[in-house]
Amino acid sequence: MNGTILRTEQLQAFYVLDIFGTRKVIKAVNGVNLEIRENEVYGIAGESGCGKSTLLKALYGAIDPPLRLMGGKVYYRINGKDVDIFSLRPDEIKGLRWEYISYVPQGSMSVLNPVIKVKETYRDFLESHVRGKTKDEIFEIAKEHIRALGLPLTVLEAYPHQLSGGMRQRVTIALAALLKPRIIIADEPTTALDVVVQRGVIQLLKGIQENLGNTIILVTHDMGVQANVADRIGIMYAGQIVEEATAGEIFGNPLHPYTRYLINSLPRFGDKGMRESVPGSPPSLANPPSGCPFHPRCPYAYQICTERMPDFFEPVAYHKVACWLMGES
Amino acid sequence: MEKLLEVEHLTKVFTLGSLLSRIRIRAVDDVSFYIRPAEIFTLAGESGCGKTTIARIILGFEEPTAGTITYSGKRDAKNKKVWFTEGIQAIFQDPFGTFNPLRMVERYFFETIRNYRLARNQEEAIRLIDEKLKAVGLSYEEVSCKYPSEFSGGQLQRISIARALLTDPKLLVADEPVSMVDASLRMSVVNLFKKLKEEMGVSVLYITHDLATAYYVSDRIAIMFRGNIVEMGPVEKVLIRPLHPYTRLLRESIPEADPRQRWDKKITLTETEYQEYLRVGCKFAGRCPDVMEICRKEMPGYVEVDGVLVRCYKYFPS
Repeated sequence: MNGTILRTEQLQAFYVLDIFGTRKVIKAVNGVNLEIRENEVYGIAGESGCGKSTLLKALYGAIDPPLRLMGGKVYYRINGKDVDIFSLRPDEIKGLRWEYISYVPQGSMSVLNPVIKVKETYRDFLESHVRGKTKDEIFEIAKEHIRALGLPLTVLEAYPHQLSGGMRQRVTIALAALLKPRIIIADEPTTALDVVVQRGVIQLLKGIQENLGNTIILVTHDMGVQANVADRIGIMYAGQIVEEATAGEIFGNPLHPYTRYLINSLPRFGDKGMRESVPGSPPSLANPPSGCPFHPRCPYAYQICTERMPDFFEPVAYHKVACWLMGES
Repeated sequence: MEKLLEVEHLTKVFTLGSLLSRIRIRAVDDVSFYIRPAEIFTLAGESGCGKTTIARIILGFEEPTAGTITYSGKRDAKNKKVWFTEGIQAIFQDPFGTFNPLRMVERYFFETIRNYRLARNQEEAIRLIDEKLKAVGLSYEEVSCKYPSEFSGGQLQRISIARALLTDPKLLVADEPVSMVDASLRMSVVNLFKKLKEEMGVSVLYITHDLATAYYVSDRIAIMFRGNIVEMGPVEKVLIRPLHPYTRLLRESIPEADPRQRWDKKITLTETEYQEYLRVGCKFAGRCPDVMEICRKEMPGYVEVDGVLVRCYKYFPS
């Protein structure tokens, strides 16, 4: 098994809002323990508003108000040492970004500067990270990179609006991989793309991961995409990870009732049998239910579920699940 | 065979660019199909294939350049709005955009009732609203005096359907009704279409790019590509054994929720969209693995293979 590259301990990040003197706390990430390994694709799945994107921001060390770190730690493994990123100075964090860890934000099709050509964006980017190179050398690096990823060279000469959504998305992913980072975080990279284009984007991400042998943290609510690329999957619900296992285990042997609903609600070709959605509606993170946050929607809820959040049980090796049903009775 | 809605040779041309450099794009190019009573018919394709334009023409938001639409035996005349929309109601893509956030949800119901004179007094109106909301698994008590922000996406979409049901329509035109709804709640909306079809005999024109739900819910399907229907027939045939190379590409690109079946083949992506629109001959010829000489010259007509209409030279008797 590969070594750990990113680790969190009881990570808590809340949005603290002050609306006309009333304090409102949104518990977006509430006690997350992750251990992400080298050379793997780690998928995070969950419905919208469960805190997936906030978790990524915290992993990236981008905690800006109103988001606040309430507790816990995030460690990166750099040169054999665990580094607590919240103890670093801002300029040290800046130095890690793009070179050690890079981030493809949600809706990244719109992050490219619309008034300059894509190649200028590449230049801005390289100039601030690679010292002592002439303009021509920088363009050579950019060209080489684009060619290696199998994108047409014409994109460098284009303005962002001349490219289709899928192409823009692939350009931003290419940009994120430019400095060969050890970790790439991708937030919903295929949402709002057509199926065929989506496949092209996934193909690119997979290709980069295989070439660099690095780690990709992929957030998407599309379980089909997760099944296709992720090696391990964490299921997130109301700011917590409720189940974590290999992709094969999650799809073949889901244990948490929420995961089971998620998997069983997916329509499949060749099977027109009835599919049910998860009952009820997603909880509000400003006022999450007591105990296990899934208990109001869970058909198997016991008394204890309403009172206490269960710890992780490991009924199968490397398959962790936070549900009282799995514990010793 | 009885036809509820029939669309014949529908064409819509948009012009792009300035006066001097005009480009004419045939967003919908000679499209014909029909919908039977109590049937779910899917129009599927990628964005920019013209499926939304067809929905907008059927709903009367847009005038077609050519072609006719017949609804229960009647052609659309100029003064169509009332009798037409009483029979055909729409459900839109974004449930959060459909409702004004500062307006209580129930007011949309009362407005529809007033527009179509569906009730004589308040009690009758509330009884009608409650009945329709019960049909979608909600009730008047749960909805009254609430704002759109108090509901989830799936609930709002079901409320939107209940609103459409007020006039007892024969046909619902649903344009991407689940693409903005969370995956975990998506099936609650899709199952509702099935239920409405079975219990109330409502037909649905289901417009989507999600072939998995299309397979699950619909009876017949038409696959659109750059303004043309390239393949049309029963879903079990079209999606299980696709004939047209484009349908095959679409079908293979849907990620199966099964980690044992991953993609291994590489694909090439399109040139820009409008270049494909302007292509002579078959619009898919640029990306087609089985392209022939004739494909680049002339668009093929329809040929019937085992109950499925397909527009591809591969299936022409030589």
